[in-house]
Amino acid sequence: MSQADVLSQSFELGFTYTRSVGPVVGRFLPAMKQRQILGIRGSDGRVLVPPVEFDPVSAEALSEFVPVASEGTVASWSWVYHPRDSHPLAHPFAWAFILLDGADTPLLHCVDARSPEVLHTGVRVIARWVDEPCGHIRDIRCFTPVPEVADG
Amino acid sequence: MNPVAVVAYSQSECRADAGAMNEVEMIMPQLQAVYEQVGIDNAQDVDFVCSGSCDYLQGAAFAFVAGVDALGAVPPICESHVEMDAAWALYEAILKIRAGHAQSALIYGFGKSSPGELPTVLSQQLDPYYLAPLWVDSIALAALQARLMLDSGAISERDMAAVVSRARRSARNNPAAQFAGDATIEEVLSEPYYLSPLRRSDCCPVSDGASAMIICTVDQARAWGCPYALITGIDHRIETHHLTLRDLCDSSSTRQAAQTAGAGEGHIDTAELYAPFSHQEIILRRSLSLPSDCIVNPSGGVLAGNLMMASGLSRVGEVFRRIVAGDSTRGLAHATSGPCLQHNLVAVLEAA
Repeated sequence: MSQADVLSQSFELGFTYTRSVGPVVGRFLPAMKQRQILGIRGSDGRVLVPPVEFDPVSAEALSEFVPVASEGTVASWSWVYHPRDSHPLAHPFAWAFILLDGADTPLLHCVDARSPEVLHTGVRVIARWVDEPCGHIRDIRCFTPVPEVADG
Repeated sequence: MNPVAVVAYSQSECRADAGAMNEVEMIMPQLQAVYEQVGIDNAQDVDFVCSGSCDYLQGAAFAFVAGVDALGAVPPICESHVEMDAAWALYEAILKIRAGHAQSALIYGFGKSSPGELPTVLSQQLDPYYLAPLWVDSIALAALQARLMLDSGAISERDMAAVVSRARRSARNNPAAQFAGDATIEEVLSEPYYLSPLRRSDCCPVSDGASAMIICTVDQARAWGCPYALITGIDHRIETHHLTLRDLCDSSSTRQAAQTAGAGEGHIDTAELYAPFSHQEIILRRSLSLPSDCIVNPSGGVLAGNLMMASGLSRVGEVFRRIVAGDSTRGLAHATSGPCLQHNLVAVLEAA
């Protein structure tokens, strides 16, 4: 009996389908492509960033989008001494909760700073966008500290 | 609720790397141990079986089905699975018994986390648009939570080190522990930061292993004639998956679960809390308003060894052990799931 031909087919390990991102994320991501960060007004009047479809307390459907600044204040941070292969930056960096100007809840993102000594809660940071935003959370490459301006 | 009896519990050693040992080989010794404790032969002798595990740890869809090989499920058995810590498998089994569909149930949880990079794997349980693409890992999220606690003055780094020191000391009496020893607070504080403000000792280790438990009606426990403890209340609550919308310095879901489980209806003398990070034990103690004389994590807790998908069930098992040994009359067991204590389960156990 001759050896049978081996049937073979290429296989991509991953989700080989697309999905709709819905009415809220579907507004947030295209705005990112325009270098605009959107929040949404919660049932208690707070501006929630990033925007969510349903109020975290009342579960009410939310729809009032509010543009917020690309600059804000660090509300919490952690210095990563040894970045993992999957991390957005290859050199040591910080994860941070960033309270963007105009927002009432923080955005989680990475901060590229020279050393942990540069960082503290309350430091001002600004978004650094990639050259060609495509509508993705990583259109913000990172945040970086804003140089402090001397008073007067 | 009608109490359900815990009649048997066993947990494997917490190993940093189980090597070539597969999941079935990790589960089977625990099943044999609980069968022996009640004097039954195999899974055919209980009415229901429920397991907890996570396919992401094995990296394959429906990987949990392989765990069923540890049961010998022929002739067919009544079996279920939760893609959660086995503490939630226990919850399902209790519902099954309380609904009158079973008199007894076997629960097991298992996880072999060593082949992958567990914090990275866990990053993929986060919001798929805002967080998962950043690959922000479970340790980093806990570190951000710890910083909020420190900045607000709710805790100090010394408080965190004290949790670590006590966990290590308590674990000396736990033969299954991965980390045990005599670390003083000063020694912990002298460690460099790992993900600031966390030191490595503030974080639970990654462990391979499994645990198993048998529960039943009180009538069945008497028929089997083995010592038992009663689960008099159990509940679980979850908070929003948008973690920046939560108050991370508090655990409102734990408090709610404890209230409805009836934790406050008597004195709690022992608590086993699933706190993967030192500061989270403090959050839990406060959210539960545990009395000052309550012994917390006499096993060393998960800072001494963390069996992903089994450690929650083990918290219940550790309280059961102390009750049947006569060291406790009323204890609380807590399990958690998700980042920064998102989802919490509380069970109250009492001496029979």
